[in-house]
Amino acid sequence: MKPTEELLQITKNPYAYAEKLSAEKKIVGTLCSYAPEEIILAAGAHPFRLFGSAAQARLADTHLQSYCCSLARGVLEDTLAGRLEFLEGIVFTHTCDTMQRLSDICRINLSGLFHLDVILPVKLDTASARGYFRDVLQTFREDLQSLLGVEIADDDLRRAISLTNRVRKALTRIYATISDHPGIMKGEELYVLNRAAMMMDRSRLALLGEETAAQLDADKTGDGAAGAPAAKRIFLEGGVCNYPDIFKIIEEAGGAAVGDDLCTGFRYFNGLVDEGNPDPLGAIADRYMQRIVCPAKHAGITDRGERLVKMVLEKRTQGVIFFFLKFCDPHAFDYPYLQQALEKAGVPSLMVEVDEQLQAGGQLQTRLEAFIEML
Amino acid sequence: MTEKNEAKEKRKIKAAAKMKEIMTAYYIDAKTAEQTGKKVAWITSGGPVEPLIAMDIIPVYPENHGAMIGASKMGVDLCRKAEEMGYSSDLCSYARSDIGCAPVNGGPIGGLPKPDMLVCCNNICGTVLKWYEVQARYFNVPLFILDTPFTHVGFSTEAKKYVKSQILEYIEFLENATKKRFDYDRMQEVGRLSLEGQRLWQAVLDMAVNRPSPLSAFDAFFHLALIVTLRGTRQTVDYYKILLEEMQERAAQKIGAVADEKYRLLWDNLPIWYRMKWLSEKFAAAGACLVADTYTTAWCGSLKYIKEDDFIETMAEGYSRIYLNIGVDQMAEQIIAMAKKYAVDGIVMHSNRSCKPYSFGQYDIQRIVGEKMGIPTLMIEADMVDERSFSEGQVETRIEAFSEVLKGQTEAW
Repeated sequence: MKPTEELLQITKNPYAYAEKLSAEKKIVGTLCSYAPEEIILAAGAHPFRLFGSAAQARLADTHLQSYCCSLARGVLEDTLAGRLEFLEGIVFTHTCDTMQRLSDICRINLSGLFHLDVILPVKLDTASARGYFRDVLQTFREDLQSLLGVEIADDDLRRAISLTNRVRKALTRIYATISDHPGIMKGEELYVLNRAAMMMDRSRLALLGEETAAQLDADKTGDGAAGAPAAKRIFLEGGVCNYPDIFKIIEEAGGAAVGDDLCTGFRYFNGLVDEGNPDPLGAIADRYMQRIVCPAKHAGITDRGERLVKMVLEKRTQGVIFFFLKFCDPHAFDYPYLQQALEKAGVPSLMVEVDEQLQAGGQLQTRLEAFIEML
Repeated sequence: MTEKNEAKEKRKIKAAAKMKEIMTAYYIDAKTAEQTGKKVAWITSGGPVEPLIAMDIIPVYPENHGAMIGASKMGVDLCRKAEEMGYSSDLCSYARSDIGCAPVNGGPIGGLPKPDMLVCCNNICGTVLKWYEVQARYFNVPLFILDTPFTHVGFSTEAKKYVKSQILEYIEFLENATKKRFDYDRMQEVGRLSLEGQRLWQAVLDMAVNRPSPLSAFDAFFHLALIVTLRGTRQTVDYYKILLEEMQERAAQKIGAVADEKYRLLWDNLPIWYRMKWLSEKFAAAGACLVADTYTTAWCGSLKYIKEDDFIETMAEGYSRIYLNIGVDQMAEQIIAMAKKYAVDGIVMHSNRSCKPYSFGQYDIQRIVGEKMGIPTLMIEADMVDERSFSEGQVETRIEAFSEVLKGQTEAW
């Protein structure tokens, strides 16, 4: 099986995959890129990112109002409907108001699986927040130890860190090649890779990631280098992207995604944990403190704008597409500022908002095409 | 007719005039701060104001401003301005109206005085963090964030340590902003006044246990302004003493907030500011008095965690464990306790598009309260400031249907 086929199967049917994997490992559900996967892996368990899959959310609608995002609604629906029985438990990392209440609602209504809240600091730019971050990770480690009945030694953490770093390095290499050779890998394939990365066995992922990176390196020097040199360089900014069609639309309109700041993309693997640090938990905290933040976190009032502009310019981006989930407040609050920061840097942008339960359809396609054409 | 008017006059709360006076003087003081050389800090409604008072910094509350904008029905216009600036119409309408107001100095008081600093405490929501980031960029002033980790089921030792260390960082921030040393003795006194004010405010709200209740939630929404904005001052203590006396007097004379109190209800979530009068009349017409609410008690809900003789040390926990920073099940428990205390016949929940942390979980609270107490809930879909989310016909129909349920319930007894 070609690696992409394997990944595609996982993303097409993630729950069947997780069900199968649950025979070997305890599966721990996670909800965002702040879930400290290293600690879950060190416990011998498997971190599995939840996105929700339901087109209709009948059960969730009795717990969440209509002005709740489709991510929280979809996850709740799947848990209530019993689609996630392969899970041993769910780890709720504190980010936005919606996720905070989703945690409460799940804790109150679900049984048969463990529930852990990881209340990370919201500020990620002070020494006391860093101290607290490390304390929270230590508590998380202790909680997992008792819930899963295992010991998590520092060496277990080091091995997990080394594994997740391998994944991060491979994905970073792939992103670099894509940026240098737009079109060398189809956007849809990249979407599949990113998405599978958050769900599949990490050892296997590290291997596949490294193979893919090597294959792309070979392609760029060979005939495959043809790619699409004239493609317009597009950068994606936003949170969760559950919409693979966007890549196809971009490509059909003559563009190519050369980078992103998505929580289901770059933010997932950005930055390495320092393997030389004698304190593995402190090292994990440090990566989060230095990594580009989700807008639900704070790293100074201009940090996100400056980092976005820097990335966008480094990637010689011609246009930025803000891709938002409807009712995602943190992203919506930052949008005017980021849009202006890009404008000042001379980079045009377009904002699209999608509700996953509604098919985005033709209007979105028309807008994206018009935007890319204009660049 | 005259008799009817007399009765109506009798039901009016006399202290209200005094309170308007205090608030007007406060806003004049804040708006002239530049001339008087005083510093102005914008602070979130759940934020620790006491250190500001101790430092003679004038606290200004964009959320209180949002409420005023809503009450004066200027919300839609200002929200639209924010939307023109690129802010989504799904965002909090307090934030939208404040952000929309800043560049045009609009609203009922011609905009808030420009801040010298911003103090944001995320114990009420994550929205304030984003809102204050926006304003910190706009006004180009320093921002202090007091990060109070959410307490789903409890307040962890590590969170306590973290918040405590931030209280010291906060004081340092204020010292830097004012170039003055922090006066710990003064702080002790301000802390004492803050707690006294909170206890008096709770005592005022407690008067609603009387039948008929001498005050309604609509009164509480109004008289709340001081405990929010001027907590920690002598003025607030003095005012609530007057108000409490008046409530005691009304209770003794059996003067109710509602002419003929048949049903007692509990309100959940923020007020619908632009329909206060309309709603209070609708409920009153049905003989229903909103005797309690989760919103105005939030400013004295964590009293038990704060020690008067050690305010600075204990405020970390007090500010972290306020009503909105706790789990949905704990909120349900508090609602049940209030429902029992005030002997309510039903709950009115405002499902508020602007406030996700307050609204998500309401369906579960409704179910829990229904199961444990067997009382009905009326759900009103609206928004606290943005009138475009309010459907008068629909709300009216629901209130009427709910009155029938209450009526049927009482008859069944």
